[in-house]
Amino acid sequence: MDNNCAVQLTNITKSFGPVVANENVSFDIRKHEVLALLGENGSGKTTIMNMLAGIYYPDSGEIYVNGNLVSIKDPKDAYALGIGMIHQHYKLIDVFSALENIVLGLKAEGKKDLSMAREKVSEICSKYGFEMDLDMKVYDMTVSQKQTLEIIKVLYRGADILILDEPTAVLTPQETARLFNILRNMRDDGKAIVIITHKLNEVMEISDRVTILRKGQYIGTVNTAETNPQQLTEMMVGEKITLDIKRDLVEEKNLRLEVKNLTVINNENKRVVDDVTFNLYSGEVLGIAGISGSGQKELLEAIMGLQKCEPGSSVVYYSTAHGVHELVGLSTQEIIEHGLHLAFVPEDRLGMGLVGNMGMTDNVMLKRYRKGPGPFLHREQPHQTAVKIKEELDVQTPDLEYPLRKLSGGNVQKVLVGREINNKPTVLMTAYAVRGLDINTSYAIYNLLNEQKKRGVAVVYVGEDLDVLLALSDRIMVLCNGKVNGILDGRTANKEEVGLLMTHLKEGE
Amino acid sequence: MENKQPFIRIRKKDDRPLWQQILIKVIAIIIALIISALFINLITKLNPIKVYESMFRGAFSTTRRIWITIRDTALLLSIAVALTPAFKLKFWNTGAEGQILVGGLATAAMMIYFGDKLPSAVILICSMVLSALAGALWGFLPALFKAKYNTNETLFTLMMNYVGIQLVEFFVDVWDKKQSHSVGVINPNTQAGWFPSVFGQQYILNIIIVAAVTIFVFVYLRYSKHGYEVAVTGESENTARYTGINVPGVIIRTMLISGAICGLAGFTEVAGISHTISTKTSGGRGFTAIIVTWLAKLNPIIMVIYSFLIVFLDKGAIQIASDFNLNEYASKIITGILLFCILASEFFTNYEIVFRHKEEH
Amino acid sequence: MTLDVIIAWITAAITFGTVIMFGCIGETLNEKAGGLNLGTPGIMMLGGIASLAGAFFYERSTPNPVPIVCVLISLISCLVVSGLAGLLYGFLTITLRANQNVTGLTLTIFGNGIANFFGGSLVKLSGGVGQISVASTSKAFKATMPFISSNLGIVSQLLFKYGWLTYVVLIMAFAMQYFFNKTRTGLNLRSVGENPATADAAGINVTKYKYAASCLGAAISGLGGLYYVMDYVKGTWSNDSGIEALGWLAVALVIFTSWKPKNATWGAYLFGFCYWIYLYIPAGINNALMKLFNVSRTTYMQNLYKMIPYIVTIIVLVLVSSKKKRENQAPQSLGISYFREER
Repeated sequence: MDNNCAVQLTNITKSFGPVVANENVSFDIRKHEVLALLGENGSGKTTIMNMLAGIYYPDSGEIYVNGNLVSIKDPKDAYALGIGMIHQHYKLIDVFSALENIVLGLKAEGKKDLSMAREKVSEICSKYGFEMDLDMKVYDMTVSQKQTLEIIKVLYRGADILILDEPTAVLTPQETARLFNILRNMRDDGKAIVIITHKLNEVMEISDRVTILRKGQYIGTVNTAETNPQQLTEMMVGEKITLDIKRDLVEEKNLRLEVKNLTVINNENKRVVDDVTFNLYSGEVLGIAGISGSGQKELLEAIMGLQKCEPGSSVVYYSTAHGVHELVGLSTQEIIEHGLHLAFVPEDRLGMGLVGNMGMTDNVMLKRYRKGPGPFLHREQPHQTAVKIKEELDVQTPDLEYPLRKLSGGNVQKVLVGREINNKPTVLMTAYAVRGLDINTSYAIYNLLNEQKKRGVAVVYVGEDLDVLLALSDRIMVLCNGKVNGILDGRTANKEEVGLLMTHLKEGE
Repeated sequence: MENKQPFIRIRKKDDRPLWQQILIKVIAIIIALIISALFINLITKLNPIKVYESMFRGAFSTTRRIWITIRDTALLLSIAVALTPAFKLKFWNTGAEGQILVGGLATAAMMIYFGDKLPSAVILICSMVLSALAGALWGFLPALFKAKYNTNETLFTLMMNYVGIQLVEFFVDVWDKKQSHSVGVINPNTQAGWFPSVFGQQYILNIIIVAAVTIFVFVYLRYSKHGYEVAVTGESENTARYTGINVPGVIIRTMLISGAICGLAGFTEVAGISHTISTKTSGGRGFTAIIVTWLAKLNPIIMVIYSFLIVFLDKGAIQIASDFNLNEYASKIITGILLFCILASEFFTNYEIVFRHKEEH
Repeated sequence: MTLDVIIAWITAAITFGTVIMFGCIGETLNEKAGGLNLGTPGIMMLGGIASLAGAFFYERSTPNPVPIVCVLISLISCLVVSGLAGLLYGFLTITLRANQNVTGLTLTIFGNGIANFFGGSLVKLSGGVGQISVASTSKAFKATMPFISSNLGIVSQLLFKYGWLTYVVLIMAFAMQYFFNKTRTGLNLRSVGENPATADAAGINVTKYKYAASCLGAAISGLGGLYYVMDYVKGTWSNDSGIEALGWLAVALVIFTSWKPKNATWGAYLFGFCYWIYLYIPAGINNALMKLFNVSRTTYMQNLYKMIPYIVTIIVLVLVSSKKKRENQAPQSLGISYFREER
C-alpha cells in the first residue's frame, strides 16, 4: 500500500430508510494533498465524509486509516484517528466563548486548565496565521470567524486529516482567498485535506486531485492538472450541459417598488436594515449580494409586512392593475387582502414558505385559503392549481397529499416557486432560491426567473454565489451591515469589486 | 482500536405499514396488562387470571357498571378532544384540570343559587354557557401571554390549575352549611340543574354532549378555515406569519375553544354525574387526557380506544382495591404502567433496531 | 406584626424553600443537559415515600432505632428509588426518544399513584394498624447543630435551628453552580443541553451525560420529597398530594432562577414566603376582604390567599419571558430528543 495514503474507503454503502445515500463507494485520501470531493447536492458527498467523522456508521464496507482497518463508531473515534471535520452547519455552542468551544469534550491538561489550552491555541494561530479573540462569544462572531474557530478546534485536537464541507459557501472572495492560503499551508505541513464542494472554479484553484460522486455512486478520480471544468461537469451531472444563463435585455421598464429610508431594528436592538433606498423596475432582475446576515432576509420580509419598520421608512408599490400603495404599515394579511401581487420565495422553504407536513394541495392553498364564502375551506381550486404546477414544473411526488418534507429539496422549491408564480405577481422576491438544489433544478429556476422578467415582472434575487449573481442580474445591489453599499450594473461588475463592497463599508456612508 | 461494528444500531423508520403499527400497540397494551397483573399479584397474592376477572367485574359486571364505564370513557374522551385543538397548535395546555374545575364550579354555582328560582332546563342551559365561559377564561389568560410574550404555557396553565383548586376550596367552604368542608349533593330532592334521563337512561345526555363536541372539533379542525389556520400555525409560526395569519389571534382563539370544552367537561361532570363540586371533580383526568391525546396523535378513534382502556383499568383497579381493602390510588399506578408501555412502543413504530449479525452478508 | 411572628414566617419559608430547592436544583441539572422533566413532582413523591418506607421497616424491625442507621436507610432508599425514576425517564426520553412532556406527566401520575398507594396502605400491607409514622428517623433528620443552634439568641432562631438537610441543599446549590461554570465536565454537560449535535461531534458521549443528568437530577429532586416527609411533615404521610403542588413550584422555580442554581438559594425562600403569606395577612386587610366577599371565617378567606404563590409564579413567568437576555435563556435544545443520524 501507498505510504502516502491517509484514508482508504472500500465499498462503502449507506442508506437512510429507502434512500440509498452511498452505494459501493471506494476512493482514497492522501497526505500532502488537497482532495476535492465534487458532486451535486444529494450526491452523497457529505454523507460519506460523515462516516469518516463518526456521525454516521456505514451499512457495509471498510475504512482504512494509515493502512489499518478501523471502525469509527462516534466522533471520538474519529479524533483518535486524527480525523477532523468542519461541517457546513458549524458545530459550535452559541453561548460559549471561542476557547470554551475549542476545549469542549477534551480532558483537562494540567492544573491551570484553560490557561494551558490558551497557550496551545495561540501557538496554532501563529503557526497558520489565524486571528481569533479567544474570549469572544460565538453569537457575536461573523460566519468567517466561526469558520476559523472550527478549523482551530480541529487542529487543536491534533487532526491531520481535515474535511471541510462547503467551506466557501458563505465567504466573500477575499475570505475565500485567505482560507485557501491557510489550506495550502496545512497541505505543505503534510496534512491530508478534503474539501467538499460543487463549485468548479474552486476545485480548479485549490485541489490536487478531484473525486467525483453522482447520485451516491463513485464516478471517478482525476488529477486537477489534467482536467477542465467541462469534463468535471459532465462527470458530476452525467450528461453534457451548457452552463450559461441567458440574460435578455427588456427595454420597457416601469417603476414597481420605491423603497426609501427603510430601517428595521431587530429585538437585539441592532439596525439590521439601515436606511435602505432603492428602486425596482419591471423587466429586470435586481440581484442582492452581501455576506450572510447583512440584512437581506429582513429587507425582503420588511417589504412583505413581516418586519416592523422604523418611522420614516417607506415602500411604495406601483402597479398598472392596482394603483399605488404605501406598504409600510400594512400587515401581510392586508397586502394579500388588497390583492397586491407581491410574491415571495423565502430562504427557509419548509420553515416559512411551506408547511412540511402538508401535501401539495394544502400548500398551494396557503395564500388563498380565505377565498370562498362561509367558514369552511374550498379545496377544489387549489387542487387544480396543484395539478397544474405538478405538470408544468415536473414535480416528483407520489400524490398531491404526500407531505412535502419527504420530497427532495428541488421538488419542494418547485412547489414554492410554482405557487408564487402562479399568482401572476408584479414583484417576485426570492431569497437563496437555488440553495441546496442540483444543477439541473438550479438552471430550471434561473430560467423561470428570466421568463418572469421577460413578462414584465420585477424580480429580486438574493444570492450567495457571486458567479450566478453576476450572470443573472441586470443590476446588483450590495448590502453591508444592513446598508446599501453600492448598486452596480450586472453586465459590467466583477467579482472582486462586489466582494469588496460586501465587507468594506464605503467612506462617508 | 476494536474493529467490530457496534452490536446494536438504531435506524429511523417512518414507513412502517399500518398493520405493524397496530401490532406494536397491541403488544404494548398486552405487556402493560401483564405488568399490571404482576404488580397486583405481588401486593394481593391474587392469581393473575383472578386479577383480570376482578377487573372485568369492576367495569362490566352489572348494567349499571357498564353504563358508568361508558359514561367515564365519554368524559375522559371529551377532555382529550378539548385538548386536541391546542395540541394541533403545539400549545401545551396542561391546565385542563383547572379549566374543568372552574367549569364545574360555574355549574355548581348555577345549581346552588338558582336551584329554586329557575326551571331545571334554564339552569342547565345557563350552566352550560357559564361553564364554557369559565373554562375559556382559564384558557384565555395563558394564551394571551403566550401570544404576547411567548410565556411558557406549560407552567402557566399548571399554575392556573392551582388557582382553580383554591377557588373551588373557597366556594366549598362558603357553600358548605355544616362546616364539613364538603358541599354534598346539590339539590338532592328537586334535582334542579341535573341532567334529565333520556330514553329512561341516566347518562345518555352525557354521551350525546361528548359525541357532539367530538364531531364539532374534528369537523372544525379538518374542514374549516380556522382549523387550517391552527394547522399551519402549529406546524410553523413563520409560515403562518408569511401567509398573513394573525398568530396571536389564532393562539387566543384556539385556547378559548380548548378551555371552553374543558369547562363543558366540568359541566357534564357536575350536572350530569356527581351533582356536587370538590377539588376531586377533575380527578386527574386533565393530565391523563393530555397523554391520551398525544398518544392517539389527535386521532379521535384511537382516543376512544385509549380512553376506554384507561377507564377499564381504573374501574378494575378500584374493584381490586376495594376487594382487598386497599386504597384507590392503585388505579393511578396501573394507568401509569399502561401509558409508559404505550409511550415506549412509539419508539418501535418510528425506529428499527439493527443487530450486527444481520448485516454480515 | 411582632418579631415572633416574623421569625415564625421566615422559619416556615426556609423550611418550605428547602423542599423546592432540592426539587429545583435536581431539575436544573437535568434541564442543563436538555431534559425537561415534568415528572419532578412525581419523583419527589417517590423519593418521599421511599425514604418513609425504608425508615418505617427499619423502625419496625428494632425496638431502639439507631439515628444514623435511620438516616442512612431512608437516604439510600430515597436516592435509589428517585434515581431509578430518573433512569426510567431517561430510558424513555433518551434511548426511546419519547416526548419529554408526556413522559414527565406520566411519571408524575405514576409517582403520585405509587406514593399515595403505599403511603395509605403500607401499614395495612405489613399487617399493622393505624397511621404510618417514623418518629425516630424524623428526629434524626431534624437534628440541629450543637451550640450555635440555641446559644446565639435570635441568630440561632433565624439561621441555625433547622434540620441539617437545610444546609446541605445550600451547599449543593453552590456546588452545582461551580460545577456548571468552572469544571470541564460542567462545560460538557451544558454543551449537551445547548446543542447535542455539536457536543457529539466534539467527542462527548451525549447519551451518557443525559442519563447521568437525568438520574442524578432525579435523585437530588427526590431528596426534596425526603425532606418534606421527614422534616416538613415530621415523619408522617397524608394522601393530599401536597408534594405534587410543591413539585410544580420547584419546576417553575427553575425558570425563575434562569437555570442558575445559585439563584435558587434565595428564590426558593421567596417562594416560601409567598406560600405562607396566607397566615400573615394583616387583620385589617383580612377583615376588609371578608366583608367584601361576604365571608364569615378567616379560614375561608385563606383559601383565596393560598392562590398567592401560584399567581406570583405566573407573574414571574410573564416577567421572565418579556425580558430576553442571551445568558438567561433556557438551554437551546431543552425538550428535544437527540438522534445522531437525524436528517
